[in-house]
Amino acid sequence: MPSRMAQWGNDLYAGRRSYDIVGRRRRWFTVSAVILLLTIVALLGRGLNGGIEFRGGTELVVEGVAEATQQPAVDAVERVVTEEVPRVSVLGGDSVRVQTLPLDDDEIAEVRTGLAAAYDVDEAAVSYSTVGPTWGQDVTSKALRALGIFLGLVALTMTVYFRDWRMAVASIVALLHDVVITVGLYALVGWEVTPATVIGFLTILGYSLYDTVVVFDKVRENTERVGEQHRYTYGELANLAVNQTLVRSINTSVVAVLPVASILFIGAFLLGAGTLRDIALALFIGIVVGTFSSIFVATPLLAWLKQRDARSAAHEAEVRRRREAAVAAAEAGPSTGSVRVGALVPGQHLGTRAQPRRRRPQSRPSGPGGRS
Amino acid sequence: MTLLVVLVGLFGALLAGNRWSDASMTPALALDLEGGTQIILTPVADGDEEVTDDTIEQTIEIIRQRVDASGVAEAEITSQGGRNIVVALPGRPSPETLELVRESAQMLFRPVLAVSGPTAVPEAQEGADDAAGAEEPAAEEPAGEEPTAEEPAAEEPAAEAPQVEPTDPSDLAWITPELQAEFDAYDCTLPENLTGGSSLVGDPDAAVVACDENGFAKYVLGPVEVRGDDVERAESGLRVSSTGAVTNDWVVNIEFDGEGGRLFREVTTRLSSLESPRDQFAMVLDGLVISAPSVNEPITNGQAEISGTFDRESAGTLARQLSFGALPLTFEVQSEQQVSATLGTEQLQRGILAGAIGLLLVGLYSLVQYRALGLLTIASLVIAGAVAYGVIAVLSWTYGYRLSLAGVAGLIVAIGITADSFIVYFERIKDELRDGRPLAAAVEVGWARARRTILASDAVSFLAAVVLYVLAVGGVRGFAFTLGLTTLVDLLVVFLFTHPVMALLARTRFFSSGHALSGLDPRLLQAKTRYTGRGGVARAGERAGARSGPPEGEVPRRTAVPVGADERRTTIAERRAAERRASSSTSASSHDERKDA
Repeated sequence: MPSRMAQWGNDLYAGRRSYDIVGRRRRWFTVSAVILLLTIVALLGRGLNGGIEFRGGTELVVEGVAEATQQPAVDAVERVVTEEVPRVSVLGGDSVRVQTLPLDDDEIAEVRTGLAAAYDVDEAAVSYSTVGPTWGQDVTSKALRALGIFLGLVALTMTVYFRDWRMAVASIVALLHDVVITVGLYALVGWEVTPATVIGFLTILGYSLYDTVVVFDKVRENTERVGEQHRYTYGELANLAVNQTLVRSINTSVVAVLPVASILFIGAFLLGAGTLRDIALALFIGIVVGTFSSIFVATPLLAWLKQRDARSAAHEAEVRRRREAAVAAAEAGPSTGSVRVGALVPGQHLGTRAQPRRRRPQSRPSGPGGRS
Repeated sequence: MTLLVVLVGLFGALLAGNRWSDASMTPALALDLEGGTQIILTPVADGDEEVTDDTIEQTIEIIRQRVDASGVAEAEITSQGGRNIVVALPGRPSPETLELVRESAQMLFRPVLAVSGPTAVPEAQEGADDAAGAEEPAAEEPAGEEPTAEEPAAEEPAAEAPQVEPTDPSDLAWITPELQAEFDAYDCTLPENLTGGSSLVGDPDAAVVACDENGFAKYVLGPVEVRGDDVERAESGLRVSSTGAVTNDWVVNIEFDGEGGRLFREVTTRLSSLESPRDQFAMVLDGLVISAPSVNEPITNGQAEISGTFDRESAGTLARQLSFGALPLTFEVQSEQQVSATLGTEQLQRGILAGAIGLLLVGLYSLVQYRALGLLTIASLVIAGAVAYGVIAVLSWTYGYRLSLAGVAGLIVAIGITADSFIVYFERIKDELRDGRPLAAAVEVGWARARRTILASDAVSFLAAVVLYVLAVGGVRGFAFTLGLTTLVDLLVVFLFTHPVMALLARTRFFSSGHALSGLDPRLLQAKTRYTGRGGVARAGERAGARSGPPEGEVPRRTAVPVGADERRTTIAERRAAERRASSSTSASSHDERKDA
């Protein structure tokens, strides 16, 4: 498998094999748009299922339970608080979680005693947390503010680093795309959103950008002298960059997903709901979406933005004109007009079409080495 | 190697700290891993006034005073995200302690009725001895105010009939025999009397016994006369003499608002005519006397100046305490969480297990993908882990950093980001090899390019971590911290370990000859012959190890190839035929290595 992967990587690098991602951007944009629309509708329609941190309330966890059943907990709580039926769930194999309305200290003490007795455990094994109804919102509003400031700083940094505001715009669009899809998926599936999930969402920001920056750095390198040649257009070189970093993107995603998946696994099967699982789930989705967007959204968008730039458009037109002229001039040349875009490797033959051609109506090219 | 120095330095410091100081070889754990109680409070000002950083800082001071004095060790009180106060108490604190934390604090101005040394007066010594006995400790009173050690005749009113109604707040008739007894028995060296909190504030309309905030003196104080919220502002500064010259004495200036100014005028008019110590008014914050200056003259304009043996710092502290008084805060409990120690330990173990599995999987994957280079990835990850561990342990020793569950998650996630730096680097080296460079040169050129990418992407990652850390609260912060830290560690390791080791490895025969298991086999990478100028090409895959030239390979191996010296000469007709074949097939690119004759 590695050798095939290496072979694939070679082909991608040299351009023998190429996925026209930038050229078929309409398709990928449509895919993205559909997913985005779906998640936004879910987000607006169903809304997010906020955890106890967002609703406010008291949560008690009984550990080391011999028999994890729900009924004793319901009874124990209802003996103290009568207004609401508590939400009881079993975590892992030996823990029971009870969520109720916010309780005061005395009630908590009573419920704890009741729970400890009901499950025949020491009272110390019952931990609790009470959350005010504004806490989760506070975290979220802080997170949103952090997001705003972060985006501003990133736009600035990227513009300075790549010396091109389009890259900043494209990467930020990709980033928002990732966050909206991830959050929307939560709304769609109805997973509970806790502050730990919000942490996960925020980390996606960093990850998505990180991934995009690596691809864009290659784009920048490929297109550094784009204006000085007329063989390839910006879009083609950008596409080449995406293809060349494809192996890296896949490797990176796998490597990033592996630890996250292991947290997710451990979190889901051994720990039950908790900080680790919530972060891991958000990250898992975010990494997958982030990889998708850095390949299929960010770079095509960049190429599209670039196309709208007058100088770039003129360059592209010039490339096409020359290409067509070359095709028209070629005697038996292929009429497909497709051009292999690959890394320019010195000492390598680029094929006959890379050679200067005799222009028919004009005089014969001078000098030796001209082709017959 | 610098990295070795860093590692040795980190762990050396830790070991040394462990041996001679209170450092522990393991990082301190936050309470969600260690077990304990965490309360997150948001101070809310009455009315719509702004809660300033100074106020928050002062609030933390007050809570710290309360918690420390109540005997809870290692409480951690920090402000997060600008406006929230996080109080982390280890273990299982009593309900009283929790109540103490949640209480709001207030500032009151009361007249001083009597002063004495901090310790309790034994019953037998009551009476005349009291004055003498109390004089000595009182003389040491360090509070920089003017009160002298002159002892009040505090016991006099005790003789009076308790039924006598006090005429004004300075009237000694406030001191009833019961109060006198309480005052005598009161011991300000006991920590529970220094906790502050509402139990010590007492009835605002009656006389109370109170301690100096440092436990150096005890006071009998009259009823509340001016409240802290009547203070308009308080500032510290150098005294400006009546001629306008700035002197060298630090003073605190208080300005009262209209109502406060009027009240203060009445108080100071009355106090200035009384004898010491009844000419003093005490500023009581959270039930503790923070300052008790004597009044020299009536203050009519609501602007008072407190002078004494202040230095810059103590004047600033007092001014801040007074400003805090100006803005009474109530605390809104945002979240209260209690984690049992077993749950915490379990979470930590599972977290470590998850990290270990993640690391193992990443290691396996990189071995499959990069063969022998995977070992370098693993070694780098292990070193990154060691550095991160060392830094966290040192930070938790020196700065009291505590590793939380979210922090552990940050560390695990960072495995991926750290490993990615190596992937970017290795892929770049492969790209250069594909271009036909010999390994040593490919490593150098690949590094130069990968470095840029790694720096840029890590900068973005770090930026995200910093923004999150500064703006966020609670768990987000712990996560952002480890994420930012590991980003820096990643840079450190890539620059100081992975690249130098890679450069060294490139010289070994195993790698430079492109052994099939090295992961850098040029044949597998289909490296091209590379034109090196002057009619020469460098052939990839040649045994560069056989070279006797300079080791770093800055001069690529050249073989002169005469133009057109192709192994297979073809006629024009053959070429045309081949071209047509090529163009008709789907792969429009004719990629065979033909050269024009």
